[in-house]
Formats: sequence, structure tokens, C-alpha cells
Amino acid sequence: MQTGINRLEIKDFNLYYHRTKALEDISMMIPEKKVTAIIGPSGCGKSTLLRSINRMNEMIDGVTVEGQVLLDGEDIYQQDIDVVELRRKVGMVFQRPNPFPKSIFENVAFGVRMGDNVPAKQKLEEVVERSLKEAAIWDEVKDRLHRSAMELSGGQQQRICIARALAVEPEVILMDEPASALDPIATAKIEELIFRLKEKYTIVIVTHNMQQAARVSDFTAFLMLGKLVEFGPTEKMMTNPGSKLTEDYITGRFG
Amino acid sequence: MSLKKTRFKYLGESLIEGNIKITAILAIIAVFLIFFFILRESLPIFFNGEVQQEITFGKFFQGIQWQPVSDHPRFSLWPIIMGSLKVTMIALVFAVPVAIGAALYSSEFAGRRLKEFIKPVVELLAGIPSVVLGFFALIIMASFLKNIFGWTYRLNAVNAGIALGFAIIPAIYSLAEDALNAVPKSFREAALGLGATPWQTAVKVVLPAALPGVSAAVLFGMGRAVGETMVVLMAAGNAPLFSLNPLESTRTMTATIAAELGEVVFGSGHYHALFFIGLTLFTVTFVINLISWALFDGLMSKLYGAKK
Amino acid sequence: MNSKGHLRKIKDRIKIGLTGSAVLLILAILAVILGTVIIGGYKSISWEFLTQPPKEGMTKGGIFPAIFGMVFSLLMMLIAVVPVGVATAVYLHEYARPDFILTKLIRGAVNNLAGVPSIVFGLFGLGFFIQFIGGSLDRSLGQSGLFGQPCILWASLTLALMNLPMIIVATEEALRAVPQAERAGALALGATKWQTIQNVVLPQAIPGILTGVVLVVSRGAGEVAPIMFTGAAYYLPYLPKLPTDQFMTLGYHIFVMTTQSPDIDATMPIAMGATLVLLALTFSLNIIAIIIRSRTRSQLRKGR
Repeated sequence: MQTGINRLEIKDFNLYYHRTKALEDISMMIPEKKVTAIIGPSGCGKSTLLRSINRMNEMIDGVTVEGQVLLDGEDIYQQDIDVVELRRKVGMVFQRPNPFPKSIFENVAFGVRMGDNVPAKQKLEEVVERSLKEAAIWDEVKDRLHRSAMELSGGQQQRICIARALAVEPEVILMDEPASALDPIATAKIEELIFRLKEKYTIVIVTHNMQQAARVSDFTAFLMLGKLVEFGPTEKMMTNPGSKLTEDYITGRFG
Repeated sequence: MSLKKTRFKYLGESLIEGNIKITAILAIIAVFLIFFFILRESLPIFFNGEVQQEITFGKFFQGIQWQPVSDHPRFSLWPIIMGSLKVTMIALVFAVPVAIGAALYSSEFAGRRLKEFIKPVVELLAGIPSVVLGFFALIIMASFLKNIFGWTYRLNAVNAGIALGFAIIPAIYSLAEDALNAVPKSFREAALGLGATPWQTAVKVVLPAALPGVSAAVLFGMGRAVGETMVVLMAAGNAPLFSLNPLESTRTMTATIAAELGEVVFGSGHYHALFFIGLTLFTVTFVINLISWALFDGLMSKLYGAKK
Repeated sequence: MNSKGHLRKIKDRIKIGLTGSAVLLILAILAVILGTVIIGGYKSISWEFLTQPPKEGMTKGGIFPAIFGMVFSLLMMLIAVVPVGVATAVYLHEYARPDFILTKLIRGAVNNLAGVPSIVFGLFGLGFFIQFIGGSLDRSLGQSGLFGQPCILWASLTLALMNLPMIIVATEEALRAVPQAERAGALALGATKWQTIQNVVLPQAIPGILTGVVLVVSRGAGEVAPIMFTGAAYYLPYLPKLPTDQFMTLGYHIFVMTTQSPDIDATMPIAMGATLVLLALTFSLNIIAIIIRSRTRSQLRKGR
């Protein structure tokens, strides 16, 4: 591709749900420290593809895969891959904010605490503060770190979930329609945040919102019926799509 | 840094998970063991020549007397089967209208507040130990009913049946209420919209829609009644008479085990006979519960479709 | 037409009133039982009653050994049933594959075993624990009458087995209430499956499990049929010290005093008092369970 190094690569990837093929022959490179959006009509497999990158699909019974997903050249679907380590490198933010019913502090510290060497209290506090600052929510919650995260608004909860993912210092962050359950103002804040986060992290975001993809992403993959129709720089895709299908979708003829 | 698993990293965790699995398997084996052990201890009646000198399967159905401890022991199950049936029927006749009526009231007519009051009350009734119900029936209720109705025998099937009814009302109520509550609101709105009164809606629309669940509740109560021990042991008078008269003293299958197991000679015909009664109780209640469960499950998938 | 409609309305009211009276009847039953036991029993209750052993053929003295034995056996029952029941539920809900036929079968069996008559458990306890396990233990240890006889250990295990389905069902229900999204959240942060269960799932399931435990204690306190042949004694002049001792317990004590007493009038005050104590215990436990449940329910409503 044009810019950056390709640390994350999906190669000839197929995914079956029982006997149905949900993803077919997908190959794409996800550039480092850029935002890559996955778009497509609902049911096209965008979330499934996203969840293939940190093997969250394994929570569902009856899922089998073929092909490779390479992280730093290492196929994450090999046998004896440590899925736990993988997920620490590839973090995830979900469609609906899903904080634990614990304090804000405990939410953010959770991943660190689950790690191999839990840092001392002071170090942990630093990590929590850094993560909350990175997620642009420090100022809003710094006075009530030990109150329940469930008391926050949806948008705040989602930023806590982002902070929680940042705390384990991942390399890649997967976001599954992170703003779809939020109001416009909260959405704007999340988008702003994504824009800043790409300085440090490789971000893959699934969205059904075309404008959002245009606003936040550098590259876009367009998926339909489990197949990758087109992949390229967002700007080119939006202004001069390479395929008729993409054009129809972008101009809102279906979806 | 490779993503490959390091050896032994998750050893502690696998140990915990292994323990959980083994515990679960043992627990499940224990649960099935009950059936097999009760069965095992009943089998000599069919296969052990020595035991068969005293008792055979056929003897359970000869005559009408249960006199296991005598020079000529008799093991006819008829009187105690009759006792169980009699007491169970009386309990159901008393408990079903009360429990279903209350369930109908709380699901269809009571306000939210009242509803939240009724449930705990019923749960408290369910929380009364059966020995306390038996105590109440034996000491208080029996004399009271005898005086009012001029009974000859204080302790009889009606007395025990009513007390047993107290024990099974909560079970029937809560299952029936669950079934009624499961009927979608749209059914009620449709009926009311067509000009039906609340009563008509409840009885002609909601109750029929929930009928499998309500039947399940009745069956569930019946299983409880057949298996209940202390109430009938204390309140029914305990004479194994073969009689249809509900005002005579009676004894159920459960009470027979409870009354005789303490004195039985281990390994004797009598011992195995009591296990056979236990096996029968186990099987009967298991089948009743299974049907009840299937009915209830069927209702739920009918009302909510096969979405899973 | 108008009066006809009016008549129908009145008829409906009466019918609704009838169902309402069923509720009143349930209330009345509860009130009468409670009232009788309270009125009959409160005079017997005293410090002495709760702390003294029975005297003069159970016509004087107190019920302390029965309370002590009950607590002893219930504690042993809990030690056996809670870890096993919770582990089994965790396995069934978190590890076993839900679409697996065996999983469904086991769940069905566990559900239905909750309805097995308690006397059948007594039968099983006598035949299996005492005769089979206890007898074999004694034979292999070369002695007689230590394990192969009724005692607290076997009575508690019988109670534990009887209550196992209840703990499993309560725990599974509590686990089911934990949103799947939170499990996914923890796994995505690089928590292992066990860490997820330990740190996210179980803490939220605790109120539900606790409700189950409280109800099991209440039920265990009142059960007589499963223990009358596996460990409970009519009367013991000493308190049990070891799990291999026999014990007195409140429920059985009530049964004995009301059905085996040669002089029922003389034992009645004690029996009434004992019943009041048992009823107060089971009622408080049930009320605690109701409170825990309604609290968690309102928290759930607020939180999500």
C-alpha cells in the first residue's frame, strides 16, 4: 500500500458458521497507525471479520476458519497461539458500552490486573490516569474514580471502555460500531478521540455510517455478502469508487 | 515477541478448571446414583431366591393387607397406594382452586403493589417446614375439624389432605402465575379492545392460552403431594386400611417408609419392600415432574416461538 | 340492555372477588398457623429454654441440644453442598457446550431431581451412606459401628445431596443473569476464561447464589424425612462432638415430642416453643432471601 508498514494482514481468509460460509476469501493489509474502516450493508460480515482479528469468534459455537491472519508476520490461527496474549495486543471496543459493574478505576485497571505481573499500586494509578487521559475522559471522572462506572452516561461509559482497552497497551484496537448506541454529541467525541488515537495505535473500525467512515478513516474496506468488494484509501473510495457496487452503496441506493 | 504459548503459564488455571470439571462430573454421578441405588436395593425382590421366600413382586398385589411385621407377613401395596391416592386427591381438590384462583387474581386483577405483596406471602407459606404443618394439623386442626363436623376419627385422610394442600398451594401458585404472566400483553389488549370484560379476558383468553402451563402447575403440585412425608405421617392417623372412606385413618406410601424404616431388619424382605416402595415413589414423581416440565416448556416455546 | 350490562358488571365483580378471596384464604392460612404457634409457644421461650437440655422426659427444660445439632448438621451440609453445587453450575453454564445433548440431559435430570420425595433421600442415605459406604469403611478399618451407623456426617450428606439441585439451579440462574457482553469485554482485554469467571462473572452472581444458600439452609432446617434414619436421635444426654456422633435436631425433636410422647399434654408447651423457634428461623431466612432478591432486582433495573 501507499503508506506505512503493514503489520496486520488478512490472507485468503474464510469463515464458516456451521456449514454456511460467512466470510469468503478475504485478503487485505491493514496499515499501521492508520484508521481502517470496514463498511457494508448489515449482515455482510463486517463484525465477523473484525472479531476474526482477535479471535473473539471463538466464543460462538460452530465457527471454523481457513486462511491466515498475520500479526507481525505471525499467523494468529496457528496451533498453540496464546489467545490471551493476542488479545492483549489486539484490544477491542464493543458496539454497546459494556463496563463491568465495578468502579471506574477497577474497570480501567482490569486488564492490567489480569496480566502476568501486576504492577504496584502507584504504577497502577499512573496507568489508569494515563489511559483515562488518552481516552479524553480524565477530566470528567478524575474526582470519582472509585464510583461505579454504571453511573456514567452511555458516551462516558464507552470512553471508559476505550480507556480500559488502552490500559493494556495494545498495538491494534478493534472498534465494533463504537458510536452506534450513542447520541450525536457523544459520537462526535468518540470520533475526535479516534482521530487522536491513531498517532499511537492501529485502528480498525466497523461502521454502518458512511459519513462516519469518511470522517475518521484513512482506508476503507467495503464488504458485501461476506466478500471484500473493494479496499483502498477512503478518499478515493468515496469520490471515485472502483466498483459499481461500492458506488451504489455509498450513494445510498441500498443498505 | 512471539504469540506462542509458553509452557506451564496456565498450569494453575488448568488445575482449577480440571477440578471444576471433576467436581461437576462427580456431582452428576451422585445424582444418578440415587436412582441406581434405590433400584439395586429393590432388585432382590425379583432375583434373590432367599428374599423371594418372604416377598415377591406378585405378593405386592395379593390381598388388601399391609402387615410386614407379623408371623405371616403380608405385603399388599393396595392399602397404601389407596392412601396416597386418597390424600393426594383431597389435597388437590382443596389446593388447586385456591392456588389457581390466587394466581389468576395476582396476574390479572391485582395492581403492581398488591402483586409484589402476594408473592412473598406465598413464598413464606412455602417456607413453613412440613413438620410444622404436620404439627399444626395433628395438634390444632384435627381437633377443630372433628368438633365442627363431628368426625369419629380425629386423624384421617381429609385432615391430612387439607394440611397437604397448604404445602402444595405455593408450588401450584407460582408455576401457574408464571404461566399466566407469560401470556403476551397483546392477547389481553386484543380481547379488551373487542369489548370483553376483564373477567372474560382472564377466563376466556388468558387462562386458555396458559392452559398447558396451568396443567403443568397442577401436575407439579400433585408430584409434591405424592412425595410429601411428614404431613401425612403426622396427620393421617397412619393405619393402613383399605378403604375409600376419606374420614377413616389412612397411611400413604411415604409414611409407610418413614414409619417402618427405623425398625426394619437390614437385608430382610421387608427392607427390600420398603426400597421398592421408594423406587415406585421415585419413578412416579419423576414421571409426573417430567410431564409437567415438558408441558411448561411446550407452552413457553409456543408463546415465544422457537427463538433461542 | 343497560341494566343487563350493569348486571354483568356486578357478576364479573363477584367472580373477581372470588379469586381475590383465594388470596385472602392463603393469607389466612399463613396467619392462623403463625398465630397458633406464636400464641401457643411464646410463653415457653426463655433464655433457659434456648440454652438448657430437655429434662424429665422432655416435659421440662429446653431445646439446646436440638438447636446445637441442627446448626452442626446444617454447617456440614453447607460445606458439602455449596462448593460442589456452585462448581457444577459453573461447569454446566460456562464450560459445557450448551447445544450438547448430554448437557441438556443433565440439566433436565437435575431439574427433575428437585422433585424427588425427601423420604426417598432418607432411604438412599440409609442404604447407601450408612450400609454401603459406612459399612465398607468399617470393614476395611477392622471395626464396627463407627461409620456404619446413623450420624451427623451421613445425615448432612443426605441433606446436601437433596439440596444439590437447588444450589445448581440457583447458581445457574445467577450466572445466566450476567450479560454475555461483560464476558466478551473481559476476554477482549486479555483475561483468561477462568479470570473472567472469577473476576467478572462470579462476583455478580453472588447475590443469586446467596439467595439459593439461604433457602437451602431454611429447607434443611425444616427437613425431617431425610435425616430421621441417617443420624437424628430421639434423645441424647450429651452434645455431639464428632461428625460420627448422632445428633438431636429441632424438626425431628418436634416430631418426636408430638407423636411419641407418653404424656402429650406435658410435652406440649415445649413442643410449641420448639415449633415457634423453628418457624422463626425458617421465616427469617426466607425473608432474608426475599430481601436479597428484590434488592438485586432493583439494582439490575437501575444499573442497566
